[in-house]
Amino acid sequence: MTLQMNIRAMKKTLALIAAVAGLSLAAQPALAVGEKHPPRSGGFSFEGPFGTFDQGQLQRGYKVYREVCASCHSMDLMHFRTLAEPGGPFYDSDQVSPAENRFVRALAKEVQIADIDTETGEPLMRDGTSADRFPNPYPNPTAAAAANGGAAPPDLSVMAKARGGGADYIYSLLTGYAAVPQGLQMRPGQNYNKYMSGDLTPFMPEGAEVPPGGFIAMANPLSDGQVTYDDDTVASVDQMSKDVAAYIAWASDPRQVQRKQTGMGVLIFLFIFAGITYVSYRRIWKGVAH
Amino acid sequence: MSAHESTYVPKTGVEKWLDTRLPIIRFGADYMSLPTPKNLNYWYTFGGILMLCLVIQIATGIILAMHYVPNTEMAFASVERIMRDVNGGDLIRYVHMNGASMFFIAVYIHMLRGLYYGSYKAPREMIWIIGCLIFFLMIATAFLGYVLPWGQMSYWGAEVITNLIGAIPVIGEPVLIWLRGGPAIDNATLNRFFSLHYLLPFVIAGCEVLHMWALHTAGQNNPVGILIPKEREKKDTLPFHPYFTVKDGFVIIVFLMLFSVFVFFMPNALGHADNYIPANPLVTPPHIVPEWYMLPFYAILRAIPDKFGGVVAMFASIGVLFVLPWLDTSKVRSMRYRPTMRTFFILFVINALILGWCGAQLPDAPVIGDFKTFILIDGDLNSYLWLTRFTTAYYFAFFFVIMPLVGLRETPKQIPATISEPVLSGGDAMTAAAPASAEKKG
Repeated sequence: MTLQMNIRAMKKTLALIAAVAGLSLAAQPALAVGEKHPPRSGGFSFEGPFGTFDQGQLQRGYKVYREVCASCHSMDLMHFRTLAEPGGPFYDSDQVSPAENRFVRALAKEVQIADIDTETGEPLMRDGTSADRFPNPYPNPTAAAAANGGAAPPDLSVMAKARGGGADYIYSLLTGYAAVPQGLQMRPGQNYNKYMSGDLTPFMPEGAEVPPGGFIAMANPLSDGQVTYDDDTVASVDQMSKDVAAYIAWASDPRQVQRKQTGMGVLIFLFIFAGITYVSYRRIWKGVAH
Repeated sequence: MSAHESTYVPKTGVEKWLDTRLPIIRFGADYMSLPTPKNLNYWYTFGGILMLCLVIQIATGIILAMHYVPNTEMAFASVERIMRDVNGGDLIRYVHMNGASMFFIAVYIHMLRGLYYGSYKAPREMIWIIGCLIFFLMIATAFLGYVLPWGQMSYWGAEVITNLIGAIPVIGEPVLIWLRGGPAIDNATLNRFFSLHYLLPFVIAGCEVLHMWALHTAGQNNPVGILIPKEREKKDTLPFHPYFTVKDGFVIIVFLMLFSVFVFFMPNALGHADNYIPANPLVTPPHIVPEWYMLPFYAILRAIPDKFGGVVAMFASIGVLFVLPWLDTSKVRSMRYRPTMRTFFILFVINALILGWCGAQLPDAPVIGDFKTFILIDGDLNSYLWLTRFTTAYYFAFFFVIMPLVGLRETPKQIPATISEPVLSGGDAMTAAAPASAEKKG
């Protein structure tokens, strides 16, 4: 009889969880729209509830960003010190604080920051410090747009959160440049990309099969060996795309791995707590016909 | 069950002194000893969950407001700064953001439970009406809050929704400008939305006190739906504490586990990626959609070809809930004993889910396959436009046609004389999810 009771109770709990989960799944259609061509999986190490970032990959990704992307794309929300946060590309267990991390200080020093002389107010350029933000390649948004055919290159700070598919999408896009499909009427200053969002129907001859993807203003930014990696990794386009996608995924939410680890503890705690509460519930209600 | 005798006896001198001046301890103690029908099932635990949701939203919201900057130039970056530089800021923000979704999951279950067991019928109309008011305020608060991060969906969502006001004849245009604080959505709009988003939760908290007061006065409904006569009170009710505190507590913890899965592992799964693109008045997103919990109402809005008509229908879809107690002609509260109505109820739930699905789709997109059928008035029959219209029609028919008619024509099942009776004779379909079983007696 006790077993039967437990099974019943379990069924009820499961029914409840199913009901709640079902309702939350009903939320999903909002996300499905506009994702006709799902991106390729990058097989990233940080996926899943236990996934963590590969620090070597983040460092390589940062290098690709700094040497290739950063010449057009800003990352306004990033400070150099963020690179040395726990879990970040340059975190060092010996560091006193992220701001005092030696790698980050050296990296920041490589850039020149526009500032003023604190005594005279005269504009000047000084070496970067770990407290500085990543410098924006353009003095203002208008200049960025003017230099890029009218549309400013998007800021990359939260790019992995701002596109459906996240890091997979970035990886796919960077490796998605392909030969222009036959019959596609290219627009001037545009490039064809298999994973760019859009609808190419108006640009294809009547009746022809419409290729996936869309137009993108950015020309293919990567070529094999473009970046010299500091480890033994071969800098293929595929590898660089993967690395920079991982780096941007980290930068979009630098605390995600720590949060997942906290979450595991929270779930284990709640699970035990739920068990204890359930036992108390059964004991208090024992003998009550209801 | 209604307003029960107080059993609180002040013991210490301080308690006695306080009890004759401000009987606040008595108030709390009376709540704890409130006689509660012992057959309440798990669906009845969502009230407690909702209370917790409100507390979580207010607590996290107050901390967020300490760091947030309501300025169009800085709002987006300030939200990201909270997640990057404020201690625990990523958790606070994600709890608040997902908390809104959790709040709505719980409130929808809570409302459907009330609908199923007839908790809106006499003498509980005021509990229901105040509840509807809370729901309406929740929608307003959630909408205002969604604007604050100043992403693309924030901006364009605000644009679409405030434009609805402009559809009202004659006064629409001036009221629209007054609400926005200018001819377009801008800094003035963001500032007042922030102010109101901070205000409304406290109005909700006030309404919740009224909701509880009305509940305390009229007494809890229960799955059998009958009023418990005074003489049965001892047999059929249990004090709220510890019986229901522990039961609610257990479900709250299970609910928190679901909450945690979203916050810690998939914090952005319920949101739209476009809201991480800073607001840009010059670039319209290809597809403007509200948060998932507004989708059924958004679908109703779009189902009507006339803009003002759509606005009226959308507000009517919420407004109808307020008059629900007078649309239902049945004397029987619980749908457990109304098999016909139960079927319509299940259809209503499925219909509402389809409406939500439709709200997220492009109206012209085909529902099944990629083929065209025929043009009916202004759209292909195989399109979300028409699916939305059919489901909208059922939504209103449920309240205005089915509810009054079924109540007059149906033959309800035999209603037990006491709530203990079905416990001893076994439950029925809905009790699969209810803790009512004969075996438990032993």
